[in-house]
Formats: sequence, C-alpha cells, structure tokens
Amino acid sequence: MTQQNISAPKYDVPPEIQNQVAVTSLDRIYNWGRRNSIWPMMFGLACCAIEMICTAASRYDLARFGMEVMRPSPRQSDLMIVSGTVTKKMIPQIVRLFNQMAEPKYVLAMGACASGGGPFKEGYNVVSGVDKFIPVDVYVPGCPPTPQALLHGLISLQKKIDSQSIRSVEWYAGEKTNEAIPVPVLGPDLMDPREIERIQAYTTDKAARLAAEAAAAQAADEAGDSQDGEN
Amino acid sequence: MTDEVQVLDDPIVARFPDYVRADDRNGFEGYIVAGEHLLAFAQAVRDEMGYDFLSSLTAVDYFSEDEGAESFFEVVYHVYKSTGGGALVFSVQVPRETPVVPSLYHLFPGADFQEREAWDLMGIRFEGHPNLKRILMWEGFEGHPLRKDWQEAYYEEDLKPFGNRWPGGEVYRIEDKRPFGKNVDYPAGFDPMQWQSEAEKAVYDSLSKSQYEDDDRLETDEIVVNLGPQHPSTHGVFRVVVRLDGETITGLEPVMGYLHRNHEKIGERNTFIMNIPFTDRLDYLSSMSNNFGYALAVEKLMPRVSVPERAEYIRVIMAELTRISNHLWAIGFLLNDMGAFFTPSLYAIEERELILDLFEAVAGSRMMCNYFRFGGVSRDLSEDALQLARSLAYDRLPRKIGELDSYLTNNEIVRTRCEGVGVLTPEEAIAYSAAGPILRASGVPYDVRRADPYSIYDRFDFDVAVRYHGDVYDRYLIRLDEIYQSIRILQQAVKDIPEGPFMGGRSQYQVRVPAGESYGRVEGPKGELGFYIVSNGKANPWRYHIRAPSFINLTAMEKMCLGQKVADVVVVLGSIDIVLGETDR
Repeated sequence: MTQQNISAPKYDVPPEIQNQVAVTSLDRIYNWGRRNSIWPMMFGLACCAIEMICTAASRYDLARFGMEVMRPSPRQSDLMIVSGTVTKKMIPQIVRLFNQMAEPKYVLAMGACASGGGPFKEGYNVVSGVDKFIPVDVYVPGCPPTPQALLHGLISLQKKIDSQSIRSVEWYAGEKTNEAIPVPVLGPDLMDPREIERIQAYTTDKAARLAAEAAAAQAADEAGDSQDGEN
Repeated sequence: MTDEVQVLDDPIVARFPDYVRADDRNGFEGYIVAGEHLLAFAQAVRDEMGYDFLSSLTAVDYFSEDEGAESFFEVVYHVYKSTGGGALVFSVQVPRETPVVPSLYHLFPGADFQEREAWDLMGIRFEGHPNLKRILMWEGFEGHPLRKDWQEAYYEEDLKPFGNRWPGGEVYRIEDKRPFGKNVDYPAGFDPMQWQSEAEKAVYDSLSKSQYEDDDRLETDEIVVNLGPQHPSTHGVFRVVVRLDGETITGLEPVMGYLHRNHEKIGERNTFIMNIPFTDRLDYLSSMSNNFGYALAVEKLMPRVSVPERAEYIRVIMAELTRISNHLWAIGFLLNDMGAFFTPSLYAIEERELILDLFEAVAGSRMMCNYFRFGGVSRDLSEDALQLARSLAYDRLPRKIGELDSYLTNNEIVRTRCEGVGVLTPEEAIAYSAAGPILRASGVPYDVRRADPYSIYDRFDFDVAVRYHGDVYDRYLIRLDEIYQSIRILQQAVKDIPEGPFMGGRSQYQVRVPAGESYGRVEGPKGELGFYIVSNGKANPWRYHIRAPSFINLTAMEKMCLGQKVADVVVVLGSIDIVLGETDR
C-alpha cells in the first residue's frame, strides 16, 4: 500500500519527512489494516472449493492480498467464502458457522450455486442461493469462477471495506450488535424458524383444501352414482 | 417354440428353472429373479459361479399412469468376477405398494450403502439390512424423491426442455409461483410447533451400543466424536462420527448427503445431451473421465454411432491426463492430512495447473470440460495442444513426478505414519466392493481397462499397478505407480494419434436413444465409475444412475479404522481419496 492511499487529503507533509510521517484519518488506517489481512475461513463446499484452493496456491497466490491465512475456526476468520452448492442438509451448519464468526464479518458467494442455486437450482435438496439465509457482500459469477474471477471478487470486497466508516457501521453501533440468525431446522422439508407461523398457516390451509377437494369429488361420485341408478 | 429352445440353452435359467427367467424386454439383458429366492440365487452366483464383486445395486421405478400398464419397482444388480470378464445382470421386480426385497448385506457387504441409498431415494425396504436408514437425505424428510410420482418443490414439468424456456414461451421464475418463494414445500396438516427432529438421533443411535457392556474390564466411558461436516481434513462437507474408547476407535459411521445435489432426479428430467455438463460436476477433479463413462453408456444403446479413431485417441489422452492430475491432487492432500501442511500440495497443484491449461485450450474450461459427445468429442485437438500434451508426456511430468517420488516415498516420517495403518485385506476389499486404487493396493489386480476393456485400451502397453499390503502407504504408492503407467499410455497415444474426423455422424442438437438398458463403466481415477441408463426411446433417460466409486469405497472405511487411533481416521480418509460431488451426487 503506497503512502498516497493511507494519507488523508488536505494535509501536506513536508517532503523531507515524508518517509517518516503520514497523516491520515482513523477510518483510513483502520480500513487499510483490515482490507489487507482478511482471513478467509477454510471451508469448501463443492467444485468451487477446488478453484479456491488453486487461487491460494502458487500460480494465483492469494498471499499477495494478505489473505493466505485460511482459518479452520470461524472464530478467527473474517470472511466466509461460500464455495459451492448450498444444500438443505448443510445450511444449518453454514448459518451456525456464520453466527460464530466475530464482527466485522463478510460473506462472498462464490459461483452460480451459492449465488442463486446454479445448475442444481431445481433440486429438492438445494437452497437457491445462500442469501436466502445469510447476508452476502460479494457475488462472484461462474461455474466455477476462475481464480482470476475470485480474485476480482476479493478486490471488490476490499473496495467495499475501503468505503466503510466506523461512524456508520453496525458492529460499532452499540445496542444492536451481532444478532444471531436463527438456525434452520430439518423438518419434512427445510424450515426457517422465522417462518414457523406462516408454515403452520400453509399446512392447515392445504389440509383444509385437500379435504374440501376430496369431499367435492366424493359428492360428485355420489351424484354420478345416483344418476346412473335413475337411468 | 424358439423361445423355449433359448431358455433351455441358457445355463443359468436351466439351473434355476423355477424362479429365474431371462429378461425378454426389448433392449434388456440379464435375468429376473423371484424376490423370495434372491438370497439363494445370489449365494449360488457368488460361491459357485465366481461372480464375487457386486459392482452396482440400484432401483428403477417403472411407473405408468396408463390404464392397463403395469407399475412396479425393479432392483437391478450388476455383479462381476474379480478375475475379469463381463457382467451378470439380474433384477427383482416388486409391486409399488409393498416394495420389500431381501437384503444382500450379509452376502455382499458392499451392498450396505447402496441399499440404504435405494431405500432413501426410492423407498424400497431391504429386509435383513441391519442399519436401514436414510443416507443422503436426513431422517424425517418427506417422501422418496426418485419415485416418478414424487415432485420437488420447484417442479415445472416432467421433461425438459420446459415450455417457459423455449422461444415464445411464457417466461417466469418458478419461485414466484411457490407459496414461500423458496425451494420448500410441506405436507398437509403438518404442525411445525410439534416437530422433533430425528436427524441427529438417527446418526448416534447406531453407535450407542457398546461392545464392552457385559465385559468385566475396568469400567470406562466411551465417547462419541464428530469430525465434520466443516473440517479441513474431510475434503469437503463430509462427516464422520466415531465412538472412542480412550483413543481407540470402536465404532465409526460416515454421514453424508451434505452435498446431495439431486443429480439423478435432475438427470431424469434432462435430455441425454444435457447431462454431459452435469457429469462434469460429479467428481469435479476428473471431469473428463466422468464424460467418458457417460458417453460410453449412452453409445452402447446407440448401435449406429461409431467413434472415429482420432476421437478415441483424444479420449484416451484426456482420460489419462485426468488420472494424473487427480492422483497428484490426491497425493498432495494425503500429505496435507498427515500434517505436511500445503507444501507437498503446492508442488502437486503446480503440475496440475499445466494439465488444466491443456484442458482449457481444448475444451474452453479448466475444470468443467464438457468435452465428450456421443460419437466423439466436441472439438478437435489442435496442433499446439498436441504439442503441449507431448511435452507434458515426455518431459515435464516424468521429471516432476520423479521428483515428488524421491522426496516422499522413502521419507521416514511418511513411512512410519502410513505403514500398517488402515489395512484392508484382498478378501475384504472384494467383499466391500472397493474399486480402483483401494482394491489394487490390497493386492487384487483388477483394472477395468484390462478386465473388461473399453475404447481402445487393448492397444496400449501398460501394466496394472498392484500392491499387496492394503495399508495407507500402499494406497499412496499405487497412485504413483498409476501415474507412471498413465504416462506410458500417454506417450503411446500422443505418438500414434491419427489424423481424421473427431466426431462420428452428423452433429445434432438432440439425440434419440433406442429403448433398453445399458451399464457403461470406466476405470476412473477414483475407481470403477459406472453409469446405469434406462431409455424408453425418447429424448430423456428414464433412469440415470451413477455407480460412484467414492461413495462405495467409503463402505469399507469402518473396517479400515476399527482398532486404530482417532488420528488415523484423517489419514485413512485421505488415502481413500473421496470427492464429495461424487459421494453425495
């Protein structure tokens, strides 16, 4: 990072001490530190994880961005790269991992599946996009995205971090910090705890509708039978 | 009359005339066995005829809404001789209302996971299976998804292409038509407030029985430990639950399905040609091999399609390069699991990248190549690409793999960590239907390329790699051996490749496949990769099943780990070399 990027404008540092002194704002120096040490979680879901590993390997070298420290523990990581198809069976664990990450935390949806279901969207065990449950900061298209595309996504995330200010970000706001997302439940199908009442209304309604249909069909049958009898 | 003569000619039908008959449906071969005699028949097939390797077990739902047409389930078995040769196919037909079939678990332990999968997805109850519960979906899920009358939440139509994707169709997004705007649906009358999830309980139940209960040893507590689904050693979203006595493993249960992407259900809605890119995403480290297996299976059903010479050579070159890149990855990550974190992998990935460069040049994509077509390949191999393949085959790969070999093979730490760990005997390997490197590391020289040759493998000079100890070290060595053999094949193929067309027949948007069943199998890098396809003569497969080597190789995992220390689970799993896309499909 060059000095030009750290130094806040408006302060002219005399040329003779430019190598020793930089004048900057708190936001800038804070974001500068954060953007260059994003530790991703070591968490691969599917095909995209292979490209993520290739990105970390020697040819594409994630270390250039200060991101090579992959942490298997969510407690120590800043970024969750959702690299692959999110299934209904897996989403409770993903939400739990997200809840365990400390603020400030970011989510990058890597590839078509994590962004919106991808080629497997219609599958009965597939969640159409991880953003149905957790907030996503950057979407990277591709199936799978090439390492270059992933790097572009990570650079976009750095830009997003640059634009944040500690006066407005949520995790400094005091009262409403780090509210856990309710972990989905594996029922007869995937259930979001926030929608329990809606689900109950839906199933009761469906049962009533099916019963009414069955009754109507039976009535029609009986009417048909009696007509047959008359004829 | 002619039928009767045929029946008498057939030795198997002649032997069991009361309950076995030849399958006379058009395009089918094999035998239909009466369900109540299945065990006796399977026992005779295994012990007297020598078909000791249960390759594939799956079920087909012959469901018909037409009046008069018969609806039934059919459970299909493919068995082979571990000494080589073709398949013996037999099946059992059961009514849809009472789908009960005797379990082959005790005759062929390799049937374990496959029967659980058939129960999970098709709802066929296997009588006598000791642990019959769902394997890919969770316990408590509503319905059996592969039944033809079961519809997913995002159901639009039975067969693709869907009306709304055609030009002129009414364009809409399916989620806008569903009550929750999501891929979920719930049964009528279900009360979410009363719901108690059984998914976790079912996992632990089978591990709760202690083998020491009546023992008069010192009283100790056994503990249950979970590895995964988020764990760096599980190569994806795989989960192992182990029961420990101190550090010693006394029980182990693999839990999978965290990447179950409903491949087979989607595949049965797709047209034949649409499935090729989906096969890429099965074992995503070796997409070319997956293409190969699927193309072979469908070509078997299409007698008029013939693959030109040049295409055959291109296919072999790609399949062998895939094997090399896969084994490099497997070795690198096995070392990762041993604790040599990422350094050996970096060397392995470097070579793999060079192979991916070639794939990108010929197919347009690094990983998801989508390269094979029925009757050839989608694009020709350019002179530049061939030159790259030559330099890899003759110069770069032999040199660099020799380097890897010299650093690792006699490394003292590697040897003491791996030797004698996770042993699988040859008899067990066959019984558990282990395939590929696992089988050959246990001393069974079975390679589909030799045992049941396909494509043009009979022309090449290579040895079937085999090792005899069946431990983790031999499973490491066998992969190096196979890389050397693949390089030999590669060198012959790039030397002999002829000029000519790369695609047989005319290129077409849609293929029609004559009715019938076929089982195409190739020696994939992970083992025997099979595709079982049933066609009813239309543009979409009626049944599309994948015999996934990663999935079936895991059946033997408990056997390999019992009595070992908990840290060995990680190494044993690394030596099996699974890819979750294929395990869970």
